[in-house]
Formats: sequence, C-alpha cells, structure tokens
Amino acid sequence: MVEITIRKRPRTEAVVTQHKFLKKTARGKVIKVLRERYLRDDVACGIQGCPVCDMPAEDVLPVAGDKEHPMFPNGHFILPDTNVFLSQMDLIESSLFTPPIILLQTVIEEVRHRSLPLYNRLKALTKMDDKRVWVFYNEYRSETAIVREEDETPNDRNDRGIRSATSWYSAHITLAHPPVRGRVSEKVPTIVLLTEDAANREKAERSGISAISVRNYVNKMKNATQLLDLLSATGTNELEPTRASSGGRAALYSDYLSTSTLLAGIKSGILHQGHFNANQYNYLEGSVSVAAFDKSVLLVGRENMNRAVDGDVVVVEIFDEKEWRASTNEVVDQDATLKNDDAEASGDDGEELDTNSLVDEESKLVRNGAKTVGTERQPTGRIVGIIKRNWRAYVCHIDSTSLSTATSTSLALQTVFATPVSRLLPRIRLRTRQAPILLGQKILVTIDRWDAHSRYPEGHFVRALGKAETKEAEQESLLLEFDVPYRPFGKAILDCLPKEGDQWVVPLKQDVSKEWRDREDLRELIICSIDPPNCQDIDDALHARQLPNGNIEAGVHIADVSHFVLPDNPMDSEAASRGTTVYLVDKRIDMLPSLLGTNLCSLRPFVERLAFSAIWEMTPTAEIVNVRFTKSVIASKAAFTYAEAQTRKDDPNLNDPLTQSIRLLNTLALKLKEKRMAAGALNLASPEVKIHLDSSESSEPIDVEQKELHETNSLVEEFMLLANISVARKIQDTFPQTAVLRRHLPPPKANFEKLQDILQKRKGMTLDVSSSGTLAASLDKCVDPAEPAFNTLVRIMATRCMLSAEYFCSGSVGRETFGHYGLASPIYTHFTSPIRRYADVLAHRQLAASIGYTPLHATLHSKSHVERILDVVNRRHRMAQMAGRASVEFYVGLALKGRGEREKKDGQGHVRESAFVIRTFRNGLGVFVSKLGIEGLVMFKRDTQFDPDNYTITVPGAGGDVHIAVFDKIVVDIEVEKDKNTQRGKINMTLVEPVDSRAL
Amino acid sequence: MGSRVEILNEGGFRSDGRRQFELRDMTIDLSQRGIADGSALITHGLTQVLVSVFGPREAKMRSQTIHDRANINVEVSVAAFSTGERRKRSRGDKRILEIASTIKSTFEPVVQTNLYPRSQIDVFVQVLQQDGGVLQACINGTTLALINSGIPMLDFVCAVTGGVHSTSPMLDLTLLEENDIPNVTVAMMPKTGKIALVTMETRLHVDRFKEIFRLVSDAGKVIHGEMKSAVLSRSTSLVTAMGSGPRTRGGDLEERDVDDQMNNY
Ligand SMILES: [Zn+2]
Repeated sequence: MVEITIRKRPRTEAVVTQHKFLKKTARGKVIKVLRERYLRDDVACGIQGCPVCDMPAEDVLPVAGDKEHPMFPNGHFILPDTNVFLSQMDLIESSLFTPPIILLQTVIEEVRHRSLPLYNRLKALTKMDDKRVWVFYNEYRSETAIVREEDETPNDRNDRGIRSATSWYSAHITLAHPPVRGRVSEKVPTIVLLTEDAANREKAERSGISAISVRNYVNKMKNATQLLDLLSATGTNELEPTRASSGGRAALYSDYLSTSTLLAGIKSGILHQGHFNANQYNYLEGSVSVAAFDKSVLLVGRENMNRAVDGDVVVVEIFDEKEWRASTNEVVDQDATLKNDDAEASGDDGEELDTNSLVDEESKLVRNGAKTVGTERQPTGRIVGIIKRNWRAYVCHIDSTSLSTATSTSLALQTVFATPVSRLLPRIRLRTRQAPILLGQKILVTIDRWDAHSRYPEGHFVRALGKAETKEAEQESLLLEFDVPYRPFGKAILDCLPKEGDQWVVPLKQDVSKEWRDREDLRELIICSIDPPNCQDIDDALHARQLPNGNIEAGVHIADVSHFVLPDNPMDSEAASRGTTVYLVDKRIDMLPSLLGTNLCSLRPFVERLAFSAIWEMTPTAEIVNVRFTKSVIASKAAFTYAEAQTRKDDPNLNDPLTQSIRLLNTLALKLKEKRMAAGALNLASPEVKIHLDSSESSEPIDVEQKELHETNSLVEEFMLLANISVARKIQDTFPQTAVLRRHLPPPKANFEKLQDILQKRKGMTLDVSSSGTLAASLDKCVDPAEPAFNTLVRIMATRCMLSAEYFCSGSVGRETFGHYGLASPIYTHFTSPIRRYADVLAHRQLAASIGYTPLHATLHSKSHVERILDVVNRRHRMAQMAGRASVEFYVGLALKGRGEREKKDGQGHVRESAFVIRTFRNGLGVFVSKLGIEGLVMFKRDTQFDPDNYTITVPGAGGDVHIAVFDKIVVDIEVEKDKNTQRGKINMTLVEPVDSRAL
Repeated sequence: MGSRVEILNEGGFRSDGRRQFELRDMTIDLSQRGIADGSALITHGLTQVLVSVFGPREAKMRSQTIHDRANINVEVSVAAFSTGERRKRSRGDKRILEIASTIKSTFEPVVQTNLYPRSQIDVFVQVLQQDGGVLQACINGTTLALINSGIPMLDFVCAVTGGVHSTSPMLDLTLLEENDIPNVTVAMMPKTGKIALVTMETRLHVDRFKEIFRLVSDAGKVIHGEMKSAVLSRSTSLVTAMGSGPRTRGGDLEERDVDDQMNNY
C-alpha cells in the first residue's frame, strides 16, 4: 500500500505559496486564477553521496564535478540559464560537451513556454546516456522558491530564481564535502552559472556566484575549435559589439510589431494569422493561408515577406483591395538571381546596394503583377510579425563562390553562404573556420536569427554529413531533412525481444504454454501471402474456402505483433516515436527491430507463426454474413509475388487447393471492389515508378520503370480494406472514446477550382466535386482517346487537390467526421500492417481487448494519451512519405545521369521523353514526365506571350507562332546538371517539340 | 499549447509541488458562528466551504414532515466570487441542486433521523472558494457541522477525490487537475469501511477504477484522522470553557469517547 499523507502548509508561508491573480482571456473576460504551491525539503540535489538528500542510486551527478576545465581546477558543475538552451542547444547536445549539468525547473518551464521543439530536445537531453543532467525542481524546494516582486518582470524574477538556486547549490554542496579535522579540507567544486546576459552575470558575481558567458566558457575547453563552430550567431553579439550596434545602418526590412499589437490586431480582424508557405518556383513570392479569405494571401517581394521562413506562423496585414495582385506566374531562381551577393558584405557595408536591389526586384514584380487582371487577383499583403518560428536544422551545401579563401589549410574565420537543399528556403549566412573543408559536402545548418538589417538569415554549422552525392551523405541528409529517427535500436529496446532470438518458435500445443492460450489452431488452413517481390516483412496472409452451406469463408491473417511488443516498455515507446517504417529506395528504416519485422512476426511460408485473424463468412455475392476475430497460429503454405499469384490463378492446368483459394479470393475481391466503387470510392493515382538497382551494394540504378499492377494487387488491397473496416467497427463499438481510427476529410471545394477551370477551358471537360461518387464518375470521363496517360495525369492532379488522410482518436472528433472520403467508407482504421505502422499496433491491442483476449492497457483508455501518440504518428507518416518520394527522386536523377552518359556515347547526347504540360509560367512551363514520374521546369530566357486565363503561352517557332497550353503533350530533353557553386543536383529540361526552346 | 501546465512531471511532482498521494493542506474551524446549532469552516487547499446546521427543529412546512423520522433539508449556495469567472448562480441552478441532493442522500442513512420524528434538520452549505474538490469539501464540512451541532450519527463521512493521469493515480485534485483528468469522488465511513457515495462525471475504465477506488478509500481514513482530532480539540476546549469535566485530562480525552458519544446521544 502506498503512503497517503496530508501536505501541511505553514501559515507563515502563505505569501510564497498562495497565488491569486486576475487574467484576461482571449474573449475579454476577466478570470480569477487561484494557485497554490507546496514547498518541501525533500527535493533532491542530485549530487552523488549527498548526506542529506534522498536520491535514486543511479543517474546522479559525480560528487567531485568535472575537473577537465582549466578555469575550475577544483571541479565544477554548470548551471545554464534559459537563454543558453534557447540559443545554444546544438552546443549542449554535442557529444564533445561533457560537463555535468544542473537543469532548473524554472529553466525547463521557460524553455517550454518559448519553444516546444527546443523543449522536446531538452527533454531528450535529460535522457541521453552520455549526458550527466540533473533536473532540480527549485520552485518546489522551500529554500529556492521565490515570488515575483511587484516591480519585477517575469524575466527578472526567473533570473533571480536561477541565481538563488545557484547560491543554494554552492552552499549545499559543501555538505557533501565536509571539512575533515586535521586534514587539508577537500576541494569543493564550483557551481558555475552559464549565462549570456551580462547584467545577470554582474548581479551573480556581486552575490558571490561564479558566472561566465558561454563563449568564454567554451573558449577554454579542450575541444574549443570544434565546439566554437556550434555556437549560434546570437552569441557573437558580445564578441563584436560594434557590429551589433546598429549605428546608422539602414534596416532592410521593417520591424515587427509588438506581440500585444499583433494579438489585438488579430482579434479585431485587421491582422491575420497563418502559416507562411514559400513558393518553390519563385523565391520572391510566398503565401499565407488565413481563415478570413478563401484564397491564400499573396506576399510579393522579400520586403513584404519580411524575414519569414517556410513553416513560420506569421501575422499579415492585408493591403487595400485595389493593390491586390495575381501571382506572377514566373519562375525566379534564387541561385541565378542572387549569385553575386557577397556574404561578408551583405547587410553590412553594402546596404545601399542592397536596398536598391530590393527595390529593383520589387518594381519588376509590380510591373508584372499589374499586367494581370480579373479573376486571378488574390488578397495581397505584408508580414508584420511572427507568432512562432518553426526553424529546424536544414541540410545545406556551402556556396563555393562565397568563400574568400578556399585554401584547404586555411582556418580563417569566414562568412559564407549555405544553400539549403530545399528550394523553399533562403540562403543562410554562417561564420565558420572550416569552410574550405566543408566545400562539396552536405552539412547541417540551423538558423539562429534574422535581423531587420540583414538581408539573409544568420545561422551556424551543426555537423557535416559527408561528400555530396555519396550514397551515405544523401541518405542521411534525406533522413535529417524529413526528421526520420534512424539511430540503431539501443540495448534497452533490444532487451525487450524474446530471449530465444531467432531460435524462437511457436511452442508445442499444450495447455500450459501461454502462447496457445485462447488461440485458434489454424495451421491446417490453406493460407498464403501475396506481396511485392523481395518482401521481407510479410505482415498479412489470406485464405478462402467453400463452406458446406454454399457460402465462402475468407480470412485475413495479420502478424501478431502485439504479442511481442508489450505496452509501455522501451521497445513500444521507441516504435511509438518512430511511428512507421520508412522505405527509401535502397534502405529501410525499421519501426521495430528486424528480428521481429523480418523474422518472428513475418508470416513466412512453412513455419508456424502467431497471427491475429479476421474471418468472414460471405455469400457468393460477397455479402458479409458474419465476421469474427481471433488470435491464431497459422502456417502459411506459400509466399507469392503478385505476378506469381496472377500466373497461378490464370493457369487453367492448375486446380490445387491453393490455386482454388486464390481464385475464390479473387472473385470475392472483384465483387467487393464493385460495391466500393458503387458507393463512390475514388480511384486515385500518384506517380509511381520503380527503381531497378543493379545489386544491393552499388548505388547505380539501372533503369526506372512504372510500377506494373496485377489483378492480384487489387485482390490483396480489397481484403485489407475489408479487414480494416471490420476492425474499425469493432473497436469503435467497444471503445467509443479512444478507438484508434483513420479518416480522410472531404476536400474543400475551392481546392478544385483551378483544376476545374483548366479542364473546362483546355479540354471542355467538367469535374463534379459535389461528392466522392460524382468526382469518381467525372474522373472516369476525363479520357483522351489519343492519350491513355491523360486520365492518370488528371487523377494525379486531382489527388493533389485533396487533404491527406489522418489517424484520430474516436472520442476527440464528432461522429459525423469519421468518414474516409477516398474509400467512401463511413469508418476506417489501420490493422493490417502492424510490423511497419504503429497505429496498427494500437488497433491490435484494442481489438484484442474487445474480444476479451487481454485487458486493455491503461494508456489506451486515456484520450489525451491516444491523441498524443497519434499526433506523432501522423507527422511521422507524412514525413516518411516525403522522404520516400525524395529518395525516388534522387535515384531517378542518378538513373537519368547514367542514361544521359550512355546515350552521349551512342551519339544521341540526350535523354528524350514525352511529357505533359501541367503549368504555364510567363517564362517557362511546368511539365510532368509520366514515364519517369518526375516533374520539371522548362525555362525560357525571355518572356513569352502569356495568356494566364487560358493557360497558354505563345512562342515563336520555325513556321510561325506556336501555342502551348496546359495538358499539351510535348517532348523534352532531360539533363541532370550540378550547380557549379553549390553542387546541388538539378534536373534541367529543354523543349524539343513543338519548338526547340534553346533558342528562346 | 506551449505554456500548458504539466499535470505530473517527470520528477513525480504535480503542478502545485505535491506528489501523487499527498493530500492538500486541510484546516477545520469549528467555532460558534451566529445562531447556528453547529457549523464548520473547512478548507482543502484553496477550496473553502462553510456549513451551518440548524436543528433538529420543528418542521416549518407540513408537506415536508415525515412521521417517523427527521427530514434533512440541504441548501447549497455558491458565492459569486468563489470561481474564476465571476458568476451569480441562482438557487435553482441545476448544478447546485445536484450537489444539494447528493449531500442529502449521502447523509440520510448516516444521521440517526429516526430519533427525531416530524422534525427537520437544516444544512446550509456555502461554497466560498473553489479550487477543485468542492463536493469533497461540502461533505466533509457537513459531517463536521452535524457533529458539532450534536446530532447523532452512525459514523463520520469522509470524502476525497481521486483521478488518473495517464496511468498514474493521484489524490485530492485541484481545479486544474480536475479539468484535465478523469476523476471520482468517494465518501466513506471509516468505522465500517462502508462507502456512502461514489460519483464520477468523466469516463474511467473499470480496471483503473478499481485501483483509484481503493486508494481514495484509504485516503478517506487519513482525512478521518484529521477531522477527528479537530472535533476532539473542539470538545476539549468546550469542556474546559464550561469549567466542568476532566479539566486535567485535557487533550487526553480518549478518541473513542467522541464516537461513542455520537452513538448514544
Ligand atoms: Zn543534497
């Protein structure tokens, strides 16, 4: 039994412990907030062997502190203040930065208040094996808790709290080092307050605390050279005070409004808040979607974008309606336009030049924007403030032209440009001593700040990923860019695997074996799996057989992952945070250790495996008579590829039970599909290509081809959908508050407007988007008999107009929004791939509980817990998809390069493919090469005659003017070239037919 | 939601510095208030409730007279300044009526009403400040006020709230916690271990419920200890003031006496 006590609060403490204040809510109501706080003496200091504090045996700070730092020969602990974590997290995270850290509660809360991403990194830091961090709850310890004084700002209060905790530690630590009579007293380690704030340091020193700035601290460290590069630019302020003092320097951008003005403006509807989206074609344009307008707000020119970076939450001011513009429909490439900017000079001495060029760009855009009139115009405005920065680490290349010296031995401090791989981001200015070494490498850079007088954001170097275009560097940069956790599984996680390792087998069927408890023995069933070639993680298998009553029994058997992955152990937490397995062309980053994924849970043929089965009884017309779910033991009889299964089904000479089973499944699947389509399900498309790799070692792709689809693909798909829907119903019935479901919201009608307009004008086709059924029907009619690929193209474009599907907790949203638009199913979940998707693992647990197999783990009863997990899983899913696509793109690029070189040898010189026009610009065309699944740009050197309303450009050809419009088929030469300065790979397309664009 | 408060942080502290199984500071004031026959001012942390008991006295209304026992009439009022959002609640407010009826039904089987046929016991509950656990404070306050007025009861009724954050149970919730996590209020009778009331307005899985229920019942015993010593010291000071009885024994008055006294009134 636990000890229950009453926490007594002495009357005298009331000043410190009771807190009443009035607060105004967003709606303008005044609310009285009551808080109390219980101060205690049992908050532990975390220093090993402390005679007064009661602490856990492990994870404590060494009693002597750290003696490596020459300034503190007696040993020391560092106690960083909030700003250190806010601005120098990369430094603290570095494995070279090893002093023991005392982390105050005040600091954690302040970090959380300021930035959630940093807060999450801070939390991860406290759990890292190679870091010594102790969290001290100073606000709850009676000696260190303080109250804000009347004329004190919250910041000052926190600073005082941090200082008071530092003094307390300095006094407290002597207890662990008692002076021994008759001996020279032991050296007492110093508690060092790490802070960037000079005033704070001064106050600290006055009260006898030793305080130091981060830069001075790092300067004296052993690894100073490497560590100094990790310091963020905010730290340079005090190194070069003249630089920061903005004496007489003209600001390039207007200052942001104060937070209170912003909030007031948003509330009164004058200002609008939204996410900033950069335009990938034109670096001088961006947009912000706000609630008040259907169309997103256009921002033209860097001055109006006012230092926003893609993903930031910004506040915009809308211009007068007569100043509204249309998007310029122009491709403006940052690298080409700004190649002459000087990293050292920009924003420093050359401000005159800078302001001029901002004006230049601006005027050019004004001219272009003014030309377009009518329907195209959208709300236009400028950014007046930032609510939240969403800066992260970006993968970049160093721009070689920005180096003042490229001698590889030079260790001179240089200011250089880093060009992010993503085209949505501005170049980042950074100062480094390692510039020559970093040339030609992929590096990780974070943005630290972007001042009004600096043209570019300033950042710092985090680490090098390796030489550009090497498989390893590309792979890692891709994983980093999409935030995919890719570290190998740690020991604590691997310890959760069965002790037998790969020797694990399903035990003999006995009453005593726990594996067999409540499990059905389905080993005799004729079960097989159908997957893509070389599939190692087989998570589903199927069977079907005729029943005596004329009905058919069909079963879907899913790997019983939840038998091995138990709730709330390290393996489970890791899988939850990974969310999904990520498939790159040449690598798979597993969600679960491979022992499970590719062995124990993989439903390989001829071995007994644990499964979770959904078994239906269906009429021959595929009406469901009943469904049941059971844990089972199966032994698959075969593992087919789609093609093999197809051949087997179609071979009239075969009539064995396995083939019969496939045929039965196929007949049912056809009927299921028919019903689904009748209900209005969409047949969507995304460009899918397959990369042939020569061998697993070499990274040279041999060829790219489109994925082939068999009837058996659809067979498996239909049964997986059926299983998912049946499971969704069951868990929603049993756990209406916390069932893990998946939905696809219907797309807003406005998303389709542009596509509808293009189809109408160019092809005379209409798209009825009133429901998924009508959309499906009208998509079916978008056929160009001459162009079989046209329909696929329209489907791809329609897919892009839709929202993405998402996981959600059933108790968190209204029942009427459960539906899956694309599948036209009122309810849906993911159950069929628990090896590679975490949501499926949760669905398995809930299904197991709903059939009474196990009680449901407490976490799955908690709505907030389920919501939290699904938020992570949703994000990881999106990122995994994007990472997969980027990986395919990279390989398509390599393949193209290879093909181009081969063809050059043959005298052809170019990779020539036919393509569809999908977008027209004033100075170029956006094209889609369906055979390769890639999109590209054809650029013209001079402006063309451009008719934005009809999506047509007119270019001079050999025999008079030639019109090119969206959906036209053209032929392009494709070439992969590397940017000379940044080594960033780029696909270049030139028009060959109907006109040769090299002349334009 | 960057500034949202953590319900239970990794150091095992709740937002107010307590650990999971620590109850809030509790004060009890049983001194005479106005013309009430017995009253109690009780606080659990920042939640404060004043309960006054009148009676048993002759029933005012005929319709409410019960021929073989006393009628317990409970009226609850919530001070407009007691909540965060200043709001005047009328007496007919559904929420208030519900609290009143819960209190009434909790105490009806515990108060020995059969000793006072055709009479009425009035219990006036005033909620002065709210920071979670209002029902708990109302019930504990009522117990004390009834005892203080000398009305015989079978046992104390001690109430505590409990909740579950993710998988961690916690006791005596503040308003902040109450708004965030599923919770239950349990009133128990320490002598018999019987449960007088269980109420829950949020969903809680049955397995979790079992765990939290046991815990809350145990916590009731702790509350009982606190209430008993308050009653004891009140009796002692009264006895001393009247100048009679075992003056010298003072605080040594055996605990059992108070309980017995109630039964034999
Ligand atoms: Zn200590």
